[in-house]
Amino acid sequence: MSTKTIVEKKFDLLCPAPLPAKDTILLGHGSGGKLSAELIRDVFLPAFQNPVLARLDDQAIVNVNGQRLAITTDSFVVKPLFFPGGDIGSLAVHGTVNDLAMGGATPLFLSAAFIIEEGFSMAELRRVVNSLRQAAAQASVQVVTGDTKVVEKGKGDGLFINTTGIGLVPEGVDLSADRARPGDRVLLSGSIGDHGIAILAQREGLEFETQIQSDSAALHTLVADMLGVSRNIRCMRDPTRGGVSSTLNEIAERSQVGIELDESSLPIHEQVRGACELLGLDPLYVANEGKLIAIVAPESTDAVLRAMRNHPLGAEAQIIGTVKKKNAGLVTMRTPFGTTRIVDMLAGDQLPRIC
Amino acid sequence: MCLAIPGKILEIQELGQMRAARVQFGGIVRQVSLDFVPEAGLGDYVMVHVGFAISRVDAFEAERTYKLLEEMGALEAELPPAEQ
Amino acid sequence: MKYLDEYRDQRIARALAAEIVRSTTRPWVLMEICGGQTHTIMRYGIDELLPRGIEIVHGPGCPVCVTPLETVDKAIALAQRPEVILMSYGDMLRVPGSHSDLLRAKAQGADVRIAYTPIEAVKIAASNPDRKVVFLAIGFETTAPANAMAAWQARYKGLTNFSLLVSHVLVPPAIRALMVSETNRVQGFIAPGHVCTVMGCKEYEDLVRDFRVPIVVGGFEPVDILEAILMLVLQLEARQLGAGEARLENQYVRSVNRKGNLPAQQLIAEVFEIADQKWRGIGSIPRSGLRLREEYAAFDADRIFDLGEITVDEPADCISAQVLQGLKKPPDCPAFGIRCTPENPLGAPMVSAEGACAAYYHYRRHMAAS
Repeated sequence: MSTKTIVEKKFDLLCPAPLPAKDTILLGHGSGGKLSAELIRDVFLPAFQNPVLARLDDQAIVNVNGQRLAITTDSFVVKPLFFPGGDIGSLAVHGTVNDLAMGGATPLFLSAAFIIEEGFSMAELRRVVNSLRQAAAQASVQVVTGDTKVVEKGKGDGLFINTTGIGLVPEGVDLSADRARPGDRVLLSGSIGDHGIAILAQREGLEFETQIQSDSAALHTLVADMLGVSRNIRCMRDPTRGGVSSTLNEIAERSQVGIELDESSLPIHEQVRGACELLGLDPLYVANEGKLIAIVAPESTDAVLRAMRNHPLGAEAQIIGTVKKKNAGLVTMRTPFGTTRIVDMLAGDQLPRIC
Repeated sequence: MCLAIPGKILEIQELGQMRAARVQFGGIVRQVSLDFVPEAGLGDYVMVHVGFAISRVDAFEAERTYKLLEEMGALEAELPPAEQ
Repeated sequence: MKYLDEYRDQRIARALAAEIVRSTTRPWVLMEICGGQTHTIMRYGIDELLPRGIEIVHGPGCPVCVTPLETVDKAIALAQRPEVILMSYGDMLRVPGSHSDLLRAKAQGADVRIAYTPIEAVKIAASNPDRKVVFLAIGFETTAPANAMAAWQARYKGLTNFSLLVSHVLVPPAIRALMVSETNRVQGFIAPGHVCTVMGCKEYEDLVRDFRVPIVVGGFEPVDILEAILMLVLQLEARQLGAGEARLENQYVRSVNRKGNLPAQQLIAEVFEIADQKWRGIGSIPRSGLRLREEYAAFDADRIFDLGEITVDEPADCISAQVLQGLKKPPDCPAFGIRCTPENPLGAPMVSAEGACAAYYHYRRHMAAS
């Protein structure tokens, strides 16, 4: 049996299995992997049908009186609130600015809505707000409107922040996840896994003595530099929850192409690698908050890579893979042994393992 | 089973009855129990599983056997590729 | 990372693979027993480097996969009690019970927490005297010392709110059961290197003597596994020529010695005793598990909690029994990738990251398609 029979079955990334009876939301639905994708597909998309939403990019680009406006919204529920390299305030700016930047937009304005749990420390709130203010100033965006709600003690987990951002997309810039073509190269702006491991270490009290810093940063000036040298960039995405794997799987699916990565080219810091080895985690699934992936036409790859490396946030940029026709919809990875494995989309959160 | 990772002992800690160590794995350091490998000392490598050292890496044996593997690797690199 | 990176060296791996190719003159069926070894083979595509005649089958080396359904159900039932904090290694959280899993139970309000080491569970019990901490103590012999230490520490500290829900399985009885089975095709074994690190090699020498089957104790990195495979092939090919008896060899010399870890063995013997054990998907194997001794009854969740009757309900589609015995490969299963996927697993080998089915699905299903 084996090979022949399996070939007859179509391998669809969105598994053809009938949906299990899911009557409750699981944490996995928020993890950026398969469950999140299913939730969007089954609950949200059908409700809000329109072509802009259907593109499912990190931001929505709408046309208003001839101007292309980018809009995005993101909610920040990170625990712990304060971590090495940032906090919920700076993250709330970086995350939204980056989503705009991934569409090629120049970020201009943000709104900031706070949902605060009764009893939350005023001093900590000031600390968060100050951090948000600084991050916004550094990113040259203004927080022009906001909202505050307080919920009863026990109903809010401390603090949640939502930021919505708008920006303008310049003429001739067209970045979208469905534009990748065979032959394109996959570029990554720097080391993977820093943010997720920093958070995990802090939250679980893993007591790693060498502090791992989150890479949280605003990427729009890096994006501007890249677009400045070439318009042959098909798509940009920041690999946040679900890591590099989720982002590339989304692109492979939307563009109906295969993406083949080269394992030995993946940049990873020694500390992150050590933590991942110890916990049995695969860094390809760990969140990043200051990195981007760009799918670039082959003729422009060298120029774009140079531009990235000239920018402080792209100093460790690498070409990590190639877009192919084979294995459409799948992300595969060539191991250092020359063999190939799939880089699958995870269902929910990656869990540490002992086996 | 089972995920056990080699780490280097940076410091020994006597915590009452229990013997522990600060162990380095790549770029991170973590506290590990030495209860099952009490003979391990500073600079030794230990295999660690769920927070416990379960063996001391035999550096001598490791080097001896690895040398043979390295020679094999070097030799093979000079030969034409084998047929499958 | 020293003692890790060198064993992922591609030049050495290629050299070992080439030597295996040169040495193989006929087909051989080899079994690797440990889930961690399955993971490495799948992740690095080691089977792609081997000659077509060598078939690697995956054994029941996934303690997560073989944890009895009843144990998972009991863990869920305990977690749902408001006074209980259920702590577990991450691996067990998605394993399907009869109707639910620990992650879903957590979503519905149960206090389920991940432990990276069982000592965390003891600490949490000590600092939460009004709650009852139950630690889901699963594993092979490798994890038994740590789990034993948790029970020992709890007793030493005089804790009255800590217990273990134990499902420990022993490898050699499982191999024995496999070898006596009529359907066995395995001609050589890679023994699990970390189990042997703790327990030593004696039991495997007995298996070699009793069944005249070559066994090589192997490590977990690609070079380790390739070297172990080469050692097995050389033994099998030599016997074919009438030169040499089956013997036990140790590939994992940097961690394994013949006696094993004596302090660990002593603590296991002090805290646990050998008992009959049910293996999910396989059935009951006599004297193949561990349970807490009478002196530790106060720390045995099975004895101190009244869990009533738990009726178990295993989906008929799941062929994990045959997969765990190496009789079928995951892609042979009609439900594989269709009705049974990691998000919707029908059986434990699809859930555990080390389970053969999950490993195939996660890393290699494109091979079947291409």
